[in-house]
Amino acid sequence: MRLEYIGLSELSGSLVALRGVHDVAYDETAEITLANGQRRYGRVILIDGDRVVLQVFEGTRGIALDNVRTHFTGEPIKLPLSKEMLGRMFDGAGRPIDDFGELYPEECRDINGSAINPVSRHYPRSCIYTGISAIDGCSTLIRGQKLPIFSGSGMKHNELAAQIVRQARVGEGEGDFAIVFAAMGVKNDTADFFRRSFQEAGALQRVVMFVNLASDPIIERILTPRCALTAAEYLAFDKGYHVLVILTDMTSYCEAVREFSSSKGEIPSRKGFPAYLYSDLASLYERAGMIRGRPGSVTQVPILTMPNDDITHPIPDLTGYITEGQIVLDRDMDQKGIYPPIAILPSLSRLMKDGIGEGFTRADHPALSNQLFASYSKVQDARSLASVIGEDELSETDKQYLQFGRAFEQLFVQQSMVQRRSINETLDLGWKLLTLLPREELDRVDETTLEERYVPDAWKSLPGLGR
Amino acid sequence: MEAYTIYGINGPVVTVKGGRGLAMMDMVHVGDEGLIGEVVGVEDETTTVQVYEDTAGLKPGQAVTSEGAPMSLTLGPGLLHNIFDGIGRPLSVIAEKSGPFLARGLNIPTLDQEKTWDTKVLVHPGDTLRPGDCYAQCPETSLILHRCLVPAGLSGRVTRVVPDGSYRVDDTLVELTDAAGAVHSLKLAQRWPIRTPRPMAERLPIHRPLITGQRIIDTLFPIGKGGAAAIPGPFGAGKTMTQHQLAKWSDADIIVYLGCGERGNEMTQALEEFSELLDPKSQQPLMNRTILIANTSNMPVAAREASVYTGMTIAEYYRDMGYHGALMADSTSRWAEALREISGRLEEMPAEEGFPAYLASRLAEFYERAGYVRTLEGKEGSVTVIGAVSPQGGDFSEPVTQNTKRYVRTFWGLDRSLAYSRHFPSINWLTSYSEYISDLKPWYDAHVSPKFMADRQRIFTLLQEEDQLMEIVKLIGSDVLPEDQKLTLETARLVRVGFLQQNAYNIIDTYVPLEKQFRMMEVILELYDGSKKLLERAIPFSQIKATGIFDTLSKIKYEVPNDDLSRFDGYSADAAKALRQVDEANQ
Repeated sequence: MRLEYIGLSELSGSLVALRGVHDVAYDETAEITLANGQRRYGRVILIDGDRVVLQVFEGTRGIALDNVRTHFTGEPIKLPLSKEMLGRMFDGAGRPIDDFGELYPEECRDINGSAINPVSRHYPRSCIYTGISAIDGCSTLIRGQKLPIFSGSGMKHNELAAQIVRQARVGEGEGDFAIVFAAMGVKNDTADFFRRSFQEAGALQRVVMFVNLASDPIIERILTPRCALTAAEYLAFDKGYHVLVILTDMTSYCEAVREFSSSKGEIPSRKGFPAYLYSDLASLYERAGMIRGRPGSVTQVPILTMPNDDITHPIPDLTGYITEGQIVLDRDMDQKGIYPPIAILPSLSRLMKDGIGEGFTRADHPALSNQLFASYSKVQDARSLASVIGEDELSETDKQYLQFGRAFEQLFVQQSMVQRRSINETLDLGWKLLTLLPREELDRVDETTLEERYVPDAWKSLPGLGR
Repeated sequence: MEAYTIYGINGPVVTVKGGRGLAMMDMVHVGDEGLIGEVVGVEDETTTVQVYEDTAGLKPGQAVTSEGAPMSLTLGPGLLHNIFDGIGRPLSVIAEKSGPFLARGLNIPTLDQEKTWDTKVLVHPGDTLRPGDCYAQCPETSLILHRCLVPAGLSGRVTRVVPDGSYRVDDTLVELTDAAGAVHSLKLAQRWPIRTPRPMAERLPIHRPLITGQRIIDTLFPIGKGGAAAIPGPFGAGKTMTQHQLAKWSDADIIVYLGCGERGNEMTQALEEFSELLDPKSQQPLMNRTILIANTSNMPVAAREASVYTGMTIAEYYRDMGYHGALMADSTSRWAEALREISGRLEEMPAEEGFPAYLASRLAEFYERAGYVRTLEGKEGSVTVIGAVSPQGGDFSEPVTQNTKRYVRTFWGLDRSLAYSRHFPSINWLTSYSEYISDLKPWYDAHVSPKFMADRQRIFTLLQEEDQLMEIVKLIGSDVLPEDQKLTLETARLVRVGFLQQNAYNIIDTYVPLEKQFRMMEVILELYDGSKKLLERAIPFSQIKATGIFDTLSKIKYEVPNDDLSRFDGYSADAAKALRQVDEANQ
């Protein structure tokens, strides 16, 4: 027998309330059937005695107090899963929207997932080569890591993400690669850009896409990353794929959470975001990782646009506290025409230290990246001095730093959207650039490595610098 | 007995109806799965419960049962070398039962009930015992002897003891008859409510440093055993890294490392690393003195709130045995945010930035549980608390940092710009402070050198002078400075690069004994004094710099092994020789 409740007692934003409801569990889903036969889905978000509040994913447009019937399914939201998901496209709530019909599921899983037990985690140590020097050399991406891209409106984060997807490789014979792409509140063009670039790279057959466009319901947007990560966990830990999850745009997601929270009448904290935003984001980001004794890995590259380029805004701020580093894009670099416009100094990969060097990338990698960071930070000092007293008045060393800074940005950070540099190329390039500085300035490198790698005047072979 | 049932559910907050018998802070089991919760509010017939696990699937009408006691933790042998969640459940047992993903409603005892411990009973029938007296002991790990103490509030005459031998944590070892004639059984394990500080005989003044082997901490901003310190810093500044270094190298007997609302991979890393690394003193695996508590950011928020008390109670328990414990809490901001989140669900009136008005008093209660004490038994023990703070946007004026500052006496402020230039540990020497300097001076005088504190002050002054000079340099460049100021700048650079920067990945540099720290300061100051004399004779500083002696000294940290400080004589000689060369060239 199918038990249905007729009518509602309250309507407010995307929330509806029913009275006289019995035997309903917190977080279970409901089907709401309108008088015209249209069906919508909702989730229980509050129970107070016999009053139950539902959040309607598709919005409440057209719903009146007495034109609907509600049926509680007795289950949390579940996503049908199968290996056949690869190559398919779904909407924000996990329903197929391509022309291949319904998915034949092997199983269904709660999209909220559950936390990985810290003792069952496998500490990530193997890197993913992206072929982008600024990432491979200075903020290496590790399998099982969550490394967001902090960007701003109008910068080339989508191009960078697409390039990472095209070029990302794991070492030889280390398993298959799959991509889960979740678009939350993105523009039609952006979704299309990604689909096209996956297609051009011939990667469409290993991509699962979840798309919630900017004009789609915001409540669905809250489900989108959860569906994507459920699919990713399934592909990684059950099917053994190395899954790279691209989540874009986390800012839209957080704004959806804010909108939803305020419609519930919750007390806002910073900038109107709910107090639980940290826990909410953590419940997504922490779903990256590797599990002891299981093949596969979930690596996340969430993309977020910093409102007003402000890194201290709650969204990038909370994200940075949860993720294992960040890749920050810089407006100045972007305006100088440098692609990818990665700001080297604030970018960081926390897991890098254990995944590079002897036995992973190359023995001199840690020393080199340390030295590049330290030297490039001195470039900034020299630049600010030059802006006050003029470049001519600088000491000889400071002038060398300026030259190093320019060359570093133009030859190391800069690369074309289709260029893939091997890790050896990246590291060798780094050493060549360092020879623009006097040897005694390299205080982060030990003597033996310096002896081996520092070839005086090696920079002369670099394009545009040789005399 | 009254039957309590669930009435309403809102995230981790559940309202319960059915009677008036539930007491504040009572531990309850909620719903069919028996999820663990705690009573946080009582209003006539309605009781509010915060549940430590995900509440999805709970239904109104399901039963709620009370333990009739506040949230308590079982304390006994087996805590060390283990990893727990925020309410003291062993994560490795959870993994065995529920696989790699955490399941709910698992009621797993904190300690292994079957494992036997080689126990020696120290009392005899007829002995009188008071709270804090030791009645039995067993070796818990190769480093720590576990001593079982009579719980607070219990005293009487021993009426029965068991012979020495192997016992499980729940076996009765001693029977104690109190004045009223009631018989109490004392076991290897006992329970203690986590939110209540464990009693002690008296607080003693702080007089010994917690030696960490980190130069900027031991030398510039030391912390005493029994003290409290805060490490605030924006993300990426190295809070966790600093906490890990302290957990690895500090000379506490017991380390409780609390991952409160932080990353899962970090806890895994701590677990792996601490199992492999050896304690510098005893050459035993570090895990033998370590207890990890992991309540990662995606684990239930209410348990995150409880986790700091779980950690503190464990540290106090070992303190009472006469050990020096240190609690590393990473991060207290996540705990404060958990308070805020729960407070919001309870619809309490928010104070600053949405935090509840009782934030300051909760922080005070927590940090005040640190201390150097005389235990009930008469031994000395201590709990040192080091709390990381993650201020939003790296802005130290936010409520958690500001309120924490009021209750700690050592402040290690991490700096984003130092971290960007890969200067680690990125503790900013201008914003950090330690109020323990005068308390600890006698100890440093007696155990390192009477000159230590004077040298420290000189180094500190050099750094401050450098900061002032940099204001000028930023405007006009360093070339036009007078010679003695150039010397100050170069010496300060040497202090920064050669002394303050410490490489956690270098086998020699990761831990540096106090004696070596002192000798390093001495050599740097010798060079500074010698150079200053030459400058007085109008010899340009560039000549001294050209000898390369400053670069030589900046490598001391990597070159002089920690167990062979005689190598310092060579460096002293090098400095003297360089100065002599300059001197002779100008004769």
